[in-house]
Amino acid sequence: MADSGTERIRSMFAAAAEQGRAALLPFMTAGIPDPESSLAMFQAMTAADGFEVGIPYADPLMDGPVIASAGRRAIDLGMTIDAGLELVHQVAATTGKPVIVMTYANPVLQYGIDRFVDAIAAGGAVGMIIADLPVEEAAPFLEGGRRRDVGMALFVAPTTTDERLERIVAAQPAFLYGVARLGVTGEQSELAATASELAQRVRAVTDLPLVLGVGISTPYQAVEAGAVADGVIVGSALVRRVLEAEDAEQAAEALGAAVDELAAAMRGSES
Amino acid sequence: MTPDERGRFGEYGGRFAPETLLSALDELEAAFAEAWEDDAFRAELDALLATYVGRPTPVYHATRLSEQLGVDLWLKREDLAHTGAHKINNTVGQALLTRRMGKPRVIAETGAGQHGVATATASALLGLDCVVYMGAKDMERQALNVYRMELLGAEVVPVDVGAATLKEAVSEALRDWVASVDSTHYIIGSVVGPHPFPWMVREFQRVIGEEMRTQLKRPDVVVACVGGGSNSIGAFSAYIGDPDVRLVGVEAGGYGIATGKHGASLSAGSPGVLHGSYTYLLQDEGGQILEAHSVSAGLDYPGVGPEHAFLRDAGVVDYESVTDEQAIAALHLLSRTEGIIPALEPAHALAWVVDNADALRGKTIAMVLSGRGDKDVQEVAGRDG
Ligand SMILES: Cc1ncc(COP(=O)(O)O)c(C=O)c1O
Repeated sequence: MADSGTERIRSMFAAAAEQGRAALLPFMTAGIPDPESSLAMFQAMTAADGFEVGIPYADPLMDGPVIASAGRRAIDLGMTIDAGLELVHQVAATTGKPVIVMTYANPVLQYGIDRFVDAIAAGGAVGMIIADLPVEEAAPFLEGGRRRDVGMALFVAPTTTDERLERIVAAQPAFLYGVARLGVTGEQSELAATASELAQRVRAVTDLPLVLGVGISTPYQAVEAGAVADGVIVGSALVRRVLEAEDAEQAAEALGAAVDELAAAMRGSES
Repeated sequence: MTPDERGRFGEYGGRFAPETLLSALDELEAAFAEAWEDDAFRAELDALLATYVGRPTPVYHATRLSEQLGVDLWLKREDLAHTGAHKINNTVGQALLTRRMGKPRVIAETGAGQHGVATATASALLGLDCVVYMGAKDMERQALNVYRMELLGAEVVPVDVGAATLKEAVSEALRDWVASVDSTHYIIGSVVGPHPFPWMVREFQRVIGEEMRTQLKRPDVVVACVGGGSNSIGAFSAYIGDPDVRLVGVEAGGYGIATGKHGASLSAGSPGVLHGSYTYLLQDEGGQILEAHSVSAGLDYPGVGPEHAFLRDAGVVDYESVTDEQAIAALHLLSRTEGIIPALEPAHALAWVVDNADALRGKTIAMVLSGRGDKDVQEVAGRDG
């Protein structure tokens, strides 16, 4: 029997920490550039420590134009929840890396929370992120996750008050997803100052693993974010490369190179 | 009813929104609760409703049409409110609240353009910066209202993704809010969205029903159109709990429920999450939201306010639907028999009355005429050729 989801999440962060860096977690929409080539995108990101696999949702409130259009493209090309779950399984099985599933509340509610958690656990996923689920609504998801030991994340944002932060930590998520900047996903030229402030506030009250995401796109930003967090999520910058590529082969190449560059920068920042 | 502390009406409602917005929702809930208990705030709102909006709006007895249909039909004339629809009741309230919270900028979504115009108007009145998100398709079919918003000093931002109608406009406004929540209030246009919006907007629209109760002896039926559900809930609130008054909400039947091209979330949808609340909506098996269809941009929405979802399940309100064609016929009918051109949205409510005139024979019916039809003249003319 393999290690449980939450343990695998923790050991991923621990392994990176041992090398004096944060874990690199690329986000990629399931089903782009097309459903058949999607697995190859994940396999191309060899320098990643783990993956965030986005099950596409057509009305993603937390996503900017790049990830939103990637989701619509995947859905138009026939990507379904079941196909997304199958991809999760294949990514986990063929890369051996921790896979965290990211989606929105409604697809999971329609699928059934328990059935969804069962499916991703069976597929080998270690964690789950629901972008429009604040702690107020999270109880049945946290419970479902615990039942199958799939590590459920909760968000913290620059606007999260101390009182809310306390409530979020008290709900005992497997890890925290810190929203690095005020806004939806998308590429930014600089890491927002809010990112390190947020990380400090979180560190002051909990030992839960913290990943930072949203608006982190360049190697330099990843290094900065990695200096204050256990993990770094890069999404739009990678998704854009896939959307812009002429074919799947070129997409995989561009993606592999981009993730290599991110990882090298993060490794180089060893101190 | 008041929603519970999680913002739920029964199981419906809640706050399915990105964490970034939650503190603002907490703040808004507290600010509204406090303002609503504050006599000074209420006095300022009431004064504006009286002198600026033109309230109370009259109730008019539609004599010729009553005779023709064999019913006793009364119209609550929200079309006579400033800017031509009930939407202004809510926007003046929320704009006052925005000023009270010290935020200099508001954003809004709009479908028919009525809410956008009402928001732009209240913003001009109180000196707030105003940005309105509007589906590109709606900008085409409601061109008059686009220009009105611009005259009022608002910036209208086209949203050209998906069906490019109301659902996409709400999503885009919410995305703006995620990035601007520090300085900006989102004036949502109906009883939808995360808590406290459905409750707050209903409180601002209650004035419709409260006035009706004093203006009209108890009707047998109260009927209103349901898009997001704000004019209807505003009217129903005053009658809920009275077993002698039948409440009827009329949704957009589009090309007909059987065609799948409609906006009837309560009649033909199922529960799920859209735009921050758990409610009835149009969706596929995988939980992807479906496109709605209605000739009326204000009813062209695949969701509905969570309180309506609760009232539906509880059997308190009957939700019916009429087709595009029936609504257009009703618009013509009211124009010719009473000299009132209604908006296509309330024309749906009238079409239900027309369709059920036999069963309603002799009954007193109070119908919310939620807006005037100027904005729809072009659309209707186009269809008549
Ligand atoms: C005149 C009019 N009536 C009704 C509606 C539908 O909204 P609600 O159901 O919130 O009243 C609209 C929306 O734009 C409208 O403009």
